[in-house]
Amino acid sequence: MEFDITADQKMMQDSVDRTLERVCPLDRVRKANGRADDVRQALAELGVTGLLIPEDHGGLGLKLLDAALAAEMLGKHVAPVPFVAGAVMAPLAILGAGSAAQQTKYLPRLASGEAIASVAVSEQAAGARDNGGVTAKGGKLSGKALFVLDFEGADIVVVADRFGGLHIVDARAKGLEKTALTTIDATRTAGELAFDNVDAEPLTAGNPQAALDRMIDAGRIVLAADTLGAGMRMIDKAVAYAKERMQFGRVIGSFQAVKHLCAEMVAELEPCRALIWYAAYAFDEFPTESRRMAAHAKAHTSEVGTFVARTATEVHGGMGFTDLLGLHYWFKRIGFDRQALGGPERARHDAAVAQGWIAN
Amino acid sequence: MDLSYAPEYQAFRDEVRAFTHAHGDKAPKSGGFADAREWQKLLIAHGYAARTIPKAYGGYGAEPDVLKSRIIAEEFLAAGLPMGMSGQGISMLVPTLLEVGSEEQKRKYIRPTLHGEIIWCQGYSEPGAGSDLAALTTRATEDGDDFIINGQKIWTSTAAQADMMFCLVRTEPNAPKHEGISYILFPMTAPGIEVRPLVTMTGRAEFNEVFFTDVRVPKSGVVAGRGMGWMVANATLKHERGMLGDPNQAGTRLKAIIELMKEETVDGTRLMDNPVYRDRLLKLQARVHAMEYHGLRLLTASLKGEDLGVARLIVKLMGCELNHQLAGFAIDALGELGMLYGNSPHLRNHGNWQSSYMFDLGLIIGGGTAQIQKNIISERGLGMPREPKPAKV
Repeated sequence: MEFDITADQKMMQDSVDRTLERVCPLDRVRKANGRADDVRQALAELGVTGLLIPEDHGGLGLKLLDAALAAEMLGKHVAPVPFVAGAVMAPLAILGAGSAAQQTKYLPRLASGEAIASVAVSEQAAGARDNGGVTAKGGKLSGKALFVLDFEGADIVVVADRFGGLHIVDARAKGLEKTALTTIDATRTAGELAFDNVDAEPLTAGNPQAALDRMIDAGRIVLAADTLGAGMRMIDKAVAYAKERMQFGRVIGSFQAVKHLCAEMVAELEPCRALIWYAAYAFDEFPTESRRMAAHAKAHTSEVGTFVARTATEVHGGMGFTDLLGLHYWFKRIGFDRQALGGPERARHDAAVAQGWIAN
Repeated sequence: MDLSYAPEYQAFRDEVRAFTHAHGDKAPKSGGFADAREWQKLLIAHGYAARTIPKAYGGYGAEPDVLKSRIIAEEFLAAGLPMGMSGQGISMLVPTLLEVGSEEQKRKYIRPTLHGEIIWCQGYSEPGAGSDLAALTTRATEDGDDFIINGQKIWTSTAAQADMMFCLVRTEPNAPKHEGISYILFPMTAPGIEVRPLVTMTGRAEFNEVFFTDVRVPKSGVVAGRGMGWMVANATLKHERGMLGDPNQAGTRLKAIIELMKEETVDGTRLMDNPVYRDRLLKLQARVHAMEYHGLRLLTASLKGEDLGVARLIVKLMGCELNHQLAGFAIDALGELGMLYGNSPHLRNHGNWQSSYMFDLGLIIGGGTAQIQKNIISERGLGMPREPKPAKV
């Protein structure tokens, strides 16, 4: 029994951390507009783009826990790179429901970072809004998909249709209309796809419904880990600021009103780490628990993340509210993570269904 | 991460399970001490109580192994059997004596304490010394080979049943606050001790007040030397704080609430089918899981001899809070049934949710209030500055 990450995992996480420290300071994030190809390239060299892709397809062949550890660092540095869709959900969809030929065709290019994948599963993960929904008929897709993740610069899109069937679409296919969606978060991109009889390759090997569920579970765990990293960074910043900022002749961190806020933040967020580790581990080791634990990790970390984001901002006083300090990049990152792939209420509903408390 | 148990531990689990099957019928059924003592003796003989206490002092003498301790707790919980005795003598005095007691004190007190033959109470808090425990004023004045004690203690659980007290008294009135305190052991039968029950909001006297009027006790009861009481007390409090945040309890409560939500109906509809109650239950389930796995993480760290710092310091605050929230939610789920108490008709679960909800508030306050915990977390865990000391008056 060992509830801890391994020395190798710590090393991998540290190297992602140090690389981002070097190539992705806040100034770089500010200029990226959600997409920093140099940062993505630096991460691709570490293997981050192919973490979950098997070695014979050019990846590292690691597990979801490793992806969660990397995601924590991406959140910590508010890295403007595709990850949740491109490095986690799309590869898992292709591994879970793609034929051998499809795996050979797509996975090596995703692993190397040569190709970027986005995913369009919002209607299945969070429910349809504004008439979202894609219909498959005779190998063609029609309809529209909202909240497509890792949207900008994508070469392929993994799409879930209304019945949970999975498809791969070329991002430059005829009849596909792309509209960027502006979100609160300037560090990642999202968009809308309108399909007008668009050619699609169905992913029908294995069990596509299970593959769809698993890609959503994995995405939720990775978004939770992103929030953990972003939240911990906000706490670090708040604590550092409170130790420096003087008012009434003393550092504000010596006031209990301020330091108790810091204690509450860390007391709430630190247990999320164990919850996320467990959910990520269960994803690979205890598949029957996976759906429930992924939903709980996402929902609970989001609730705590929201509390940390506002509280850490408050500890910074007026400065926390300015663009000058840039704390809002983390605040908004956490806000995006919370809504994407289903907010807390939706995720908890899925957890109730997964343990048989209610019918779907 | 590897959540499987090595063969050695699987075998140990089988052994514990075999014990619970074979001997479960001997578990004490009444609340009486006699049955509990017999059970305790049986558990010590098998290494399921006093497990790591050396044989020479009446324990089982096993090497410390947190994982085995956890397996014992899990199997007893699964079998619905009570663990061994767990009063303040066993959970707090014994570890303290092992750490800082004299050889004579260890030989004299540990064995009978472990076997339930000496029941202890703790004399720490005073009306004027709660969170600021070191401000205590119960004084012990030297008189030959004895001390004469005068003063008052409060929040003394089991004082009425206790044979002995471990007590903090001021022996060096001229020394600085923290250096003038001694930790002393004495019998509750000493003339001049008066115990008055302290009834709490639950309606029961879970605590007492203890008054000392010229109580004569031998100096030989001092542990670790005069003026060392603050150091000794901190060794003891460490054991208490670990104990209060037991995540097992939250898991047990959650299970009971899930059953309640499946069984109880409002207008003929199961509570579980009400989305508002269900969502609240799910929020709590995530918290229980988070604390459960957080506990496993701390367990692994302690097996490796690592200290996770702030991750460890949050357990009392979060554990007590979670237990309280669970009881509070159960009451809400019961709706108007949730206001019943005592022996009322329609009362559910013997009124335990109501009494836990009240008693747990006491646990949030006791053993270091939530606010003191937040000081500890921010100061020791996050390295934030201490509150500036007020000028001396």
